[in-house]
Amino acid sequence: MAYEVVIGVEVHAQLRTQSKLFCACGTTFGLTANSQTCPVCLGLPGTLPVINEKAVEMAVRAGLAMNGTIGVRNRFARKNYFYPDLPKGYQISQYEAPICEHGWIEIAAGGSRKRVRIRRAHLEEDAGKNLHEAGSGMSLVDLNRAGTPLLEIVTEPDLSSSEEVVAYLKSLRDLLMYLDVCDGNMEEGSFRCEPNLSLRPAGQTTFGTKVELKNINSFKFVKDAVDYEIKRQTKVLNEGGKIYQETRLWNHERGETAVMRSKEEAHDYRYFPDPDLVPMEISSEWIEQLREGLPELASTKQQRFITEYGVPEYDAGILTSSKALAVYFEACVTLYPQPKTVSNWVMGELLRELNNSGTEADASPVTPERLVELLTLVDQGVISLKVARDIFPDVYASGKAPAQIVQEKGLTQVSDEGALATMIDEVLKKNPAQVGQFKEGKQQVLGFLVGQVMKASGGKANPGKVNELLKKALAG
Amino acid sequence: MEITRQEVEKVAKLARLALTEAETTAFSQQLNQIVGYVQKLKSFSTEGVEPTSTVPGQSNVFRPDQVQASLSTEQALSNAPDAEAQCFRVPKIIQES
Repeated sequence: MAYEVVIGVEVHAQLRTQSKLFCACGTTFGLTANSQTCPVCLGLPGTLPVINEKAVEMAVRAGLAMNGTIGVRNRFARKNYFYPDLPKGYQISQYEAPICEHGWIEIAAGGSRKRVRIRRAHLEEDAGKNLHEAGSGMSLVDLNRAGTPLLEIVTEPDLSSSEEVVAYLKSLRDLLMYLDVCDGNMEEGSFRCEPNLSLRPAGQTTFGTKVELKNINSFKFVKDAVDYEIKRQTKVLNEGGKIYQETRLWNHERGETAVMRSKEEAHDYRYFPDPDLVPMEISSEWIEQLREGLPELASTKQQRFITEYGVPEYDAGILTSSKALAVYFEACVTLYPQPKTVSNWVMGELLRELNNSGTEADASPVTPERLVELLTLVDQGVISLKVARDIFPDVYASGKAPAQIVQEKGLTQVSDEGALATMIDEVLKKNPAQVGQFKEGKQQVLGFLVGQVMKASGGKANPGKVNELLKKALAG
Repeated sequence: MEITRQEVEKVAKLARLALTEAETTAFSQQLNQIVGYVQKLKSFSTEGVEPTSTVPGQSNVFRPDQVQASLSTEQALSNAPDAEAQCFRVPKIIQES
């Protein structure tokens, strides 16, 4: 039978605040276990949480950038369940009144644009981390992360393939990184995604039973896990089986999902307003002030690059794929106003090195100034374009000035007419047959002779000059 | 509105409380008395009154995003019944199939 795939996605994005959501502990990743806690985030009795204003602002900025409606009256609720990484026995979250509702994000999927509706985005605190001891039946708990601010972003079930899920996640991650509200690091868990997926016979209007997928920490795993789950559910249904509502963990080593079983499932969170926290009123003035402070987002920037710099849509898409790269490109163009040349170098040589070393453009050892120096050396005829391309990895790896590398390697292009004339004379003397052919009208021999001069110069001769001088010499 | 035994049992289970038969009976009665007392509020008209969950009159109490010193790891773990490798040590609750 033909099935229609229905997917919604929940994302938990860590907000880039310095301190936690309800206390003044830091939010640094990877510190010694339990070195970043206090009575509030340990859930000790008699403590009082106080809201981090910056986290609220970041959530509002994200909500606005997702085209959402910002909730004027906000309050926090307790979500009650027992789990070792949740010291209070409840998570402070938002239930009835989320900070953002009814948003949407546009994604590029299968050559067309599609709007993915955001049902809601709300603020909540993160839990700690459980590390499972092998064999002992015990777990170790690190509460450094407990209380870190999260924005949970929930879509409507608008996605229908693994490609669309990945496209959505990339767009959302880019958006949050452009806003500087999340660092987007999937491996460290700053951007966690949980797709939920169900199948239904094509044409049916009611939804099938959905399964939630967890333990996915890269875009590749997202695609693999969703594709696997579509196949698994299709097979179960085709064999007359039943899909159970459950959470399944992606095991990337085995390439399959497996049911996550927990002894502590509550299924009844008994949400109620947290009496320790007073309501938040987000005034329209505050919202407008935050809206005015929003940066130019990727899609707007892409359009501007096309109109302002005249680069092709494809280039503009790549150049704006990260904020750091877009800033890099614009810095180069300011110094060297030939956008297409800069674009070719940034998308080609630079991006290759950045990707190979896993570096963001803002940390590139080749600064925009250095790249422009290299391009200028080509323009001045000091080196050929080929040499410039050849030495780029060295410039990148050494962090040295391009001119210094050119000098060290003795790659300065020979444009001096006297030096070139000497080489040309020698080549002509060594190749009388070809000279004769040329004089008889065989123009294509010129290419051969240029090649011989280039070879004699060790690739350093200026090809334009060689061409010009050769023609003169042959005409003489 | 009456609190049934089943509800008391469910709440006790969610709260990880092991109640005896006698306790379940006693708490059912007590909870019914409390709820019955609060039912008196129904005799007042609350039309146009916003529900409140905190002491009224206050909103937007924030703190600036500034880090202050945390407890030391030793302090954080000082009340833990069991600890190892700077972590709280607890019975494992996940079963992966």
